[in-house]
Amino acid sequence: MNLVNLFKIAFKALCNNKLRGFLTMLGIIIGVGSVITMLAIGQGSKRSIQAQIGEMGSNMIMIHPGGDRRGGVRLDAAAMESLKLKDLEDIATQTRYLSAVSPSVNSSGQAVYGANNTPTTVYGISPEYLEIRRYKVADGDMFSEQDVRTAAKVCLVGKSVVDELFPGGESVVGKVIRFGKIPLRIIGVLESKGYNSMGMDQDNLILAPYTTVQKRMLAITHLQSINCSALSESHTDQAIDEISAILRANHKLREGDEDDFTIRSQQELATMMTSTTDMMTLLLAAVAGISLLVGGIGIMNIMYVSVTERTREIGLRMSIGAKGRDILAQFLIESILISVTGGLIGVFVGVGAALLVNLLAAFPIYIQPWSVLLSFAVCTLTGIFFGWYPASKAAMLDPIEALRYE
Amino acid sequence: MREVIRLENVRRDFVVGGETVHALRGVSLTIHEGEFVTIMGTSGSGKSTLLNLLGCLDRPTSGEYFLDGSAVRSMDKNARAALRNRKIGFVFQNYNLLPKTTALENVALPLLYNPACSAAERRRRAEQALLSVGLGERMLHKSNQMSGGQMQRVAIARALVNDPAVILADEATGNLDTRTSFEVLVLFQQLHAAGRTIIFVTHNPELARYSSRNVTLRDGRIVSDVRNPQILSAAEALAALPRTDD
Ligand SMILES: Nc1ncnc2c1ncn2[C@@H]1O[C@H](COP(=O)(O)OP(=O)(O)OP(=O)(O)O)[C@@H](O)[C@H]1O
Ligand SMILES: [Mg+2]
Repeated sequence: MNLVNLFKIAFKALCNNKLRGFLTMLGIIIGVGSVITMLAIGQGSKRSIQAQIGEMGSNMIMIHPGGDRRGGVRLDAAAMESLKLKDLEDIATQTRYLSAVSPSVNSSGQAVYGANNTPTTVYGISPEYLEIRRYKVADGDMFSEQDVRTAAKVCLVGKSVVDELFPGGESVVGKVIRFGKIPLRIIGVLESKGYNSMGMDQDNLILAPYTTVQKRMLAITHLQSINCSALSESHTDQAIDEISAILRANHKLREGDEDDFTIRSQQELATMMTSTTDMMTLLLAAVAGISLLVGGIGIMNIMYVSVTERTREIGLRMSIGAKGRDILAQFLIESILISVTGGLIGVFVGVGAALLVNLLAAFPIYIQPWSVLLSFAVCTLTGIFFGWYPASKAAMLDPIEALRYE
Repeated sequence: MREVIRLENVRRDFVVGGETVHALRGVSLTIHEGEFVTIMGTSGSGKSTLLNLLGCLDRPTSGEYFLDGSAVRSMDKNARAALRNRKIGFVFQNYNLLPKTTALENVALPLLYNPACSAAERRRRAEQALLSVGLGERMLHKSNQMSGGQMQRVAIARALVNDPAVILADEATGNLDTRTSFEVLVLFQQLHAAGRTIIFVTHNPELARYSSRNVTLRDGRIVSDVRNPQILSAAEALAALPRTDD
């Protein structure tokens, strides 16, 4: 018997029992729909985290003084001042894997202009910092190496600082603001970057030459951190090894001594943060997968009932020439029709629910084509798998017994 | 006349809970094309067992069965299914129509399992079969919208649609009242007149008088096999029945 006829028979059988077919499908619809929605939400948040980390520079490496404190608190004053200017210079001159290096010293406080003031942070950095953190100058200019050498009282301001200090919207380049007791002349305004994934305002900052912050504000000679860019994301590990070697040599650490500095890469941070969302995604998808399984068992249950109910019909079909494999195919196609139709509706429901989550809760979603294909394939397999047992039971019926069944 | 069925010393044993039931104890029977045979016998005499064997639903424990020249005993399940599809037409006591399905679709069902038969051909032959049982007006009626007599006519049309070598009926009138039974019997006589081979199992000895040959079973054996010299006309009997419906 050809496949078209088998499809007709199975389709007709389903139409004869529409409500039951639909209720059976419901399990699959919910299963597939929730798998797709969960994956869309998981992938969406992962992608938004990745995008934001990418904005900060995915090849960024941060060096902090002091050993790795993840294991516990270590507050050795000397260790906290272990990063010196010489370290910066050596890294900058000896490196083969870094494209940019900038120190960072920062000071938090109030910035004041006339009657307006705002709490903010001054970052003392070198011009390369812009490249490392992917900031751009929207208006005016970056300060120069000359400004760094002379510890010039100049600065660039972020958009939030501008908005707070200059609510009138006038041009700010050339204006002089105060930070603590130090007057700083604004020579540039940074392009806005908005909030990052942790909800931090990336525009609430002032950039000044690190020498200015070191000498005029903090009166220190060490560096609070060094930020670098690896040549590319794939050079990150080599760059970290290189920096570590330079710093250990500079700090005269012997083999076996622990590092008195910590090197973190953005990549590491990204992995850390996305691994949490990966975990969540997996968990959600597993729960959703279980509902798909339950849907599959629903199919098996209904197919089993259907086979029992239609024993006489099976006997009749056999008596007029249906072979065992015709009966098997008929019931298998019926269960596949249920699962595939349910799967198809489930895909729409899942995508719809994901879009709704995005629309109503402004939650980032991303519908991966493979997740749709996968859940569709899984539910087809579910139909075959759970339909197989009842269908083969039907195919193995003895026609005489089946015809006599009451 | 051509030989359609030949049974040679056929036995059929069932093993139930360690005990062997001999349902057929050596049946030999030859049926030629165009015969209308009634098989009678008491309950448990083996009529249904014999009919299942003739219909290739079952195989003899021993002995040989030739249907239209093919040896059935050595055939596997699939070969027997194909043989049923081409050579046999079944009519059951309880009609066995598919529910919620039109008469046309019910009748076309056997052709659906014949890959050589196109959709157009199926329709044409199903319509023809329904016309020949007088249901030309009711082709699109569903099985649950019909009376018992009409359902049995649909079932007969279904048995005819594949142009079988033999039509097998087990208590085909068992569920019908006298009048409707005779209507169905008229139909069988018409088929017989048209040259069909029919084997008709019944409890009702009266029906034997309308067929061409009577076989009686007792305890798994054929105890009598006689030709009916004077076949009564079912149509006349039907006309003579007192009318109750008007
Ligand atoms: N599948 C089976 N398993 C065991 N015994 C069986 C089976 N089928 C039939 N028999 C036995 O074979 C014998 C003949 O049964 P069969 O059904 O052929 O009788 P029958 O003549 O059709 O009776 P009835 O007129 O009541 O339909 C009975 O004794 C019955 O118990
Ligand atoms: Mg019987």
